[in-house]
Amino acid sequence: MSSYSVTEPSLRQKWSAGILVVLYALITILPLVWIIATSFKSPSDAIAYPPKTFFTPTVEGYVNVFTTRTRLSEEQLQAVGEPQTWYDRLVRKDGLVISGPSRFAERFTNSVIIGFGSTVLCIVLGTAAAYAFSRFKVPLKDDLLFFILSTRMMPPIAVAIPIFLMFRALGLSDTHAGMILLYTAVNLSLSVWLLKGFIDEIPIEYEEAALIDGYTRLQAFYKVVLPQAATGIASTAIFCLIFAWNEYAFAVLLTSGNAQTAPPFIPTIIGVSGQDWPAVAAGATLFLVPVMVFTILLRKHLLRGITFGAVRK
Amino acid sequence: MAQIRIQNVRKEFGPFTAVQSSSFTIEDGEFFMLLGPSGCGKTTTLRMMAGLELPTSGEIFIDGEEVGMKRASQRDIAFVFQMFALYPHMNVRRNISYPLVSQGMKREEVNTRVAEVARILRIEHILDKPVGGLSGGDRQRVALGRAIVRRPKAFFMDEPLGALDAEFREHMAEELRALHDRMGATTVYVTHDQLEAMQMGDKIVVMNHGVVEQFGRPQQIYDWPATKFVAQFIGSPSMNFLDFEGMIGIDGDSVDLGGIKVKVPAAREGRAGRLTLGVRPEHVGFRDDAAYRGRVSAVEYLGTTQIVTLVTAHGDLKARISSAQAVREDELVGLDFDQRTLSLFDAESGKALLSKANEGVLGHG
Repeated sequence: MSSYSVTEPSLRQKWSAGILVVLYALITILPLVWIIATSFKSPSDAIAYPPKTFFTPTVEGYVNVFTTRTRLSEEQLQAVGEPQTWYDRLVRKDGLVISGPSRFAERFTNSVIIGFGSTVLCIVLGTAAAYAFSRFKVPLKDDLLFFILSTRMMPPIAVAIPIFLMFRALGLSDTHAGMILLYTAVNLSLSVWLLKGFIDEIPIEYEEAALIDGYTRLQAFYKVVLPQAATGIASTAIFCLIFAWNEYAFAVLLTSGNAQTAPPFIPTIIGVSGQDWPAVAAGATLFLVPVMVFTILLRKHLLRGITFGAVRK
Repeated sequence: MAQIRIQNVRKEFGPFTAVQSSSFTIEDGEFFMLLGPSGCGKTTTLRMMAGLELPTSGEIFIDGEEVGMKRASQRDIAFVFQMFALYPHMNVRRNISYPLVSQGMKREEVNTRVAEVARILRIEHILDKPVGGLSGGDRQRVALGRAIVRRPKAFFMDEPLGALDAEFREHMAEELRALHDRMGATTVYVTHDQLEAMQMGDKIVVMNHGVVEQFGRPQQIYDWPATKFVAQFIGSPSMNFLDFEGMIGIDGDSVDLGGIKVKVPAAREGRAGRLTLGVRPEHVGFRDDAAYRGRVSAVEYLGTTQIVTLVTAHGDLKARISSAQAVREDELVGLDFDQRTLSLFDAESGKALLSKANEGVLGHG
């Protein structure tokens, strides 16, 4: 089937390639390891110099990121009574009591809603637009595609002020819908262009065969094109999610009380009660999890996506 | 099964005319070849019949019904693509049953039909395999299976053997023709390979630059080409053309080829000016006392026959003669043309002049 041939790499080539990959992996993984380790350290271990490689792990950071705490005097502590739960006990040894939940869970939920919401919207609109651009005679097709691309020619933050004013006028400031729309608008050009590339690679004969086999165009799209484009959709979705998930500048500018996402929230942890690095690290670690899970779920598609088109069928 | 009639069909893509006002009829049960070089409009013609393109103007009748503007799915036809276009995310069985499922057919009946088709095509053993790992021939069979499982009115095939290697192509061509003979379904087959067209087709349409050049049975087209293009496109080596200034009157039966009289079939129309004498290589004989002479410039040995290239006063000429005959390079030989088989063309328009011999084929237009 495949009409190409590659020579088997020599043992030395294999070894040097392996070493390079391991080195690169180490460099990439190191900051992650650092953050995750810090999240399990006590505040004093976190700022110890030289840095501690071995330490007694504690989940204090995680407790701190989800709670707000108050320092009480001895008499007040007596009045409160014995700590009831394991996390109460954990903060009590520093002379603190938990005064309530922090807003982290809420901010995290906002991130999930806005991140995934904009990703889904981006994929739905992007696939539809890319399919149309790929398959139909669209008047001024090239100009439209260039226009779509041009929306990404400057950093989005360059238009922050007009967007800020528009959002205020439209009542979109600090709303989930507003942030979803904004991230969708920013990501859509990437999504259209990436997906168009993927759909272009799918031979049109598949749809034509389906049309002749008695399906409507919509059915052909749904049953033949979509399964073929799954690879491209998965990789595009990951790119969109990562952008929306990490976005900081607009989140700081446009959200505060209601729709604030996790990125602008995490830095505010610093300074609540001293420089609580373990809590910051815990927030960052938790923040990693959804993107990681999403990427792992789609990794099979992602890998195929990266090499898509390399081998002619 | 159905008769297919194409009437004044025309297709334009913007300023480019892919098919110019074409008309022909495909009779019920015929194996019909659309033949021509790439870009001649044959595939566009087929796609218009199938409903994958809409004609700019003209009418297409399938089984007496005008379908020109109808959707592909409403025409009850099957299409076999050059790249097979098997759905890659389904296995063989699902690929074949897909068109039946779309009609909402009952599961038991689908299974029976698929089993029957698999038996005909001898692909029972691969039914549950994914299509990705199949060989070219098996993919082709699956594509055929998907087409015949529906029992459509007609089969349309766009160079279905083009993606196979040469050795296997011949085998598949025989298989395809045998399948057609067993089922008797009207089949329209697009190819650029004149041998394939001659070998498999009941009838051939030769197209060039969007124009139907000739329409007829393979032998008619081979023996009595309507234009110089057809004469050159069909046959290998192609027909020899000897250009000359001259004239022929009605009922005239010879032309003056540089002072030498060459006998031709009695003319039914006269013409004076630049003419072309067309002669097939196998109709050139070597005879020492012939007046028309040529010098041997190359000899190609092909087993039972040999192709001899000669330089004549009217350009190069190829002759196909028995290998038993000894020919030396640089030898000067007398050439004898088989009078009954010659064609005369108007050199300007490229059209064949009507004669007593070809009027049966070309006479009615």
